[in-house]
Amino acid sequence: MLERGEVANSWRRERWESLRLLTPNWQCRLPGLHYEGGDPDGYLTAGEVSEFIERFAKVSAAPVRTGAQVTSVRRVDGRYHVMTSLGEIGCETVVIASGACNRPAVPAFSAALPPGVDQLTPFDYRNPAGIRDGGVLVVGASATGVQLAAELQRSGHPVTLSVGEHVRLPRMYRGRDVLWWMEASGVWDQRHDEIDDLTRARRLPSPQLAGTPERTALDLNVLASAGVELVGRWATVRDGCALFSGGLRNVFSLADLKMERLLNTFDEWAETAGHNADVGPVERFAATRVPESARLQLDLRSGEIGTVVWATGFRPDYEWLDLPVMDAKGQLIHDGGVVDSPGVFALGLPVLRRRKSTFICGIEDDAREVIDHLARYLARRR
Amino acid sequence: MTTVTNGVNVQALIDAREVLKGAPEAAQFTWRASAKWNSGVHSTIKVHSFFGLGEEHNHKQESVFDADHPEVFAAEDNGITPIEYLIVGLASCLTAGVASVAENRGIQLRSVEATVEGAHDIRGILGADSDVRNGYNDIKVTFTIDADASRQEIEALVAQSQKRSAVFDALTNPTNVTVEVA
Ligand SMILES: Cc1cc2nc3c(=O)[nH]c(=O)nc-3n(C[C@H](O)[C@H](O)[C@H](O)COP(=O)(O)OP(=O)(O)OC[C@H]3O[C@@H](n4cnc5c(N)ncnc54)[C@H](O)[C@@H]3O)c2cc1C
Repeated sequence: MLERGEVANSWRRERWESLRLLTPNWQCRLPGLHYEGGDPDGYLTAGEVSEFIERFAKVSAAPVRTGAQVTSVRRVDGRYHVMTSLGEIGCETVVIASGACNRPAVPAFSAALPPGVDQLTPFDYRNPAGIRDGGVLVVGASATGVQLAAELQRSGHPVTLSVGEHVRLPRMYRGRDVLWWMEASGVWDQRHDEIDDLTRARRLPSPQLAGTPERTALDLNVLASAGVELVGRWATVRDGCALFSGGLRNVFSLADLKMERLLNTFDEWAETAGHNADVGPVERFAATRVPESARLQLDLRSGEIGTVVWATGFRPDYEWLDLPVMDAKGQLIHDGGVVDSPGVFALGLPVLRRRKSTFICGIEDDAREVIDHLARYLARRR
Repeated sequence: MTTVTNGVNVQALIDAREVLKGAPEAAQFTWRASAKWNSGVHSTIKVHSFFGLGEEHNHKQESVFDADHPEVFAAEDNGITPIEYLIVGLASCLTAGVASVAENRGIQLRSVEATVEGAHDIRGILGADSDVRNGYNDIKVTFTIDADASRQEIEALVAQSQKRSAVFDALTNPTNVTVEVA
């Protein structure tokens, strides 16, 4: 196992200070290791996640070589040549487990922002104290965006949040963590080959959820009540002005309707599986409130906005992978983790084999099945 | 699934999507219109040819539109105003979207009506107040739909139609516009 940094590198180096998992502690499971602390319904801090993964590395005696950056993987005579910062390795199979979130994705028009505005990605952001006084424009209203918008607004920065398509979820539903429902009802176990539009499922943004001790929702109504100004999807920059889409109402409708359909699925499952007695009464949540008049443009030269935070998602980085296995958009082409280059496999990508593949608790089932493929491949070669 | 007949060839659209995924050049279309000034603010606009799938095409027949201003603008009202053409486009695009999405989702439509209202403060175009914009301030579309579906499913049709609408996008998002003298 080659790791360019140290074990749990992404959780040590690529997370902001206050981040907690949005998945509850009881869902922190790796093969043979699960959370055993006293707060199963709580959410681990980034530091605790690092410790958890570190412990797993010890318990599983994983043969990790740290400080080994892979700089190239090439196929030569049916085998693979792997160049690393510690030297070259030859192998028959490769498992790509380099992560789905290696780089913050930032729109191209970020280059057109006036120089007086600071720009940060979630990899640069540490805490609100590191942000200069004044307004902050947070771009993107998925898990990262809503969490940073809430934290910055609380710290006294006036926050404007640019909202595109998003996934709204309550934190708690009928007395249970919404991710309990995802798991128990079988939604998270839905397999990649059963999903209608897999490309779309894999590109779905993260849900508007935060792990807080209060276990409260962090949707757009909560943010608006806290004083965050909502604007539409940021479309472009013209003459130093940010121009936002006027389609905000529809992205609210899409997310509200989608959440309602999901809650219907949960209710139907609770009914048929006989769980109505273990959970609270059916709930429905207020529609997302549409602002009286959302601003369509914002002058970035006026000084109103000192900092733009790009919470516009993450991308994997395959610059080191010299194999013809990427699509035109730079995404790895794979079928449930089986890559179209003999002996190459992938793990840890969104909806790799199941909806839960995106999350830490999804790796166990995926790894077992992908490693089965790998073992069969090796057996065939012998 | 029961077969629905809203008259949209969804299979052709799905096939096209698959083909064009691997052939982005073929997906590049150019739509055209040409206007000829008559007199006053009256002009006649013709639409006939377009480019797409790598070649020139013609509509089955040329369409001719008149644009003018109404009498309250001291004009002759030979046709609707240009800004009304925008809501003609929006209403028709969203309605087409509702039909296509319904077909794809197996929802039989019985009737679909859309009314569009665009709120327009004309002090902008008159230069009476420089803080007022020239275009619409707000556009409201109201759908009345009779279909074999729940209210929630109908709302989802309308939401998905906006999500995939060319005109909705063109009106809600900025577009680069170049105007030159030939
Ligand atoms: C902001 C954020 C919040 C998240 N919150 C949650 C959550 O609440 N719950 C949850 O279940 N999941 C969450 N996730 C997803 C989470 O990151 C994953 O579930 C988990 O960390 C994935 O582990 P991984 O090993 O697949 O990828 P990573 O954690 O990204 O690990 C990949 C490793 O590969 C190394 N690497 C990459 N390229 C090379 C190379 N060329 N050579 C050598 N080494 C290389 C990296 O240094 C890194 O250590 C979150 C992700 C992000 C970005």
